[in-house]
Amino acid sequence: MSDQTDNPIREAITGAISEHPVILFMKGTPEAPACGFSARTVGALQALDAPFAAVDILPDPRIRQELSAVSQWPTIPQLFVNGELVGGADIVAEMYESGELAEVLGLEQPDARPNETPDVVPTNPPGMQIENKLG
Amino acid sequence: MPSAEEIRQRIEAALPGATADVEDWTGGGDHFRATIVAPQFAGLGRIAQHRLVYDVFGAEVGGPIHALSLKTSTP
Repeated sequence: MSDQTDNPIREAITGAISEHPVILFMKGTPEAPACGFSARTVGALQALDAPFAAVDILPDPRIRQELSAVSQWPTIPQLFVNGELVGGADIVAEMYESGELAEVLGLEQPDARPNETPDVVPTNPPGMQIENKLG
Repeated sequence: MPSAEEIRQRIEAALPGATADVEDWTGGGDHFRATIVAPQFAGLGRIAQHRLVYDVFGAEVGGPIHALSLKTSTP
């Protein structure tokens, strides 16, 4: 974790994690998730109206490889809040349902929240592309 | 390609005293869902609990095991 070798992808990932208070690494984009687990996690964040940055890991396999090396977490999605890994799809869904997700994000849990984690994608936060930072 | 039964056995072997309930989510042998009750989870946060289970499979999770959905708790 501490090897600061010449690794632009890893640096872009750690930079993005420290720059964005809430950042989701996912397959696809919030508007067009490419995996049900990513879609579910986006749905939980959007149900809380949580502002978040999103990184699509699909364009370059090295993004996922470096991300998992940084986070010591094997699967996608991965949600980071204030630089800390909060969880993948299962943990985020559990935390959404218990109200802990809103707490961690410093948000109000909506009163009329559904019992199930929603899988609808109502809004479109701006996407962010790690690979564009490498050019 | 591992079966749900093999995944159950490997989890229970790696975490003595644990009970795992594993199902093949899609029937395709690569998406599994596991509910695990293990004494080893005591005092750990969710991230650390899930890491204990992921560590049993190393690079297989994200590889041949495309997804291993977890629900963890203590006895």
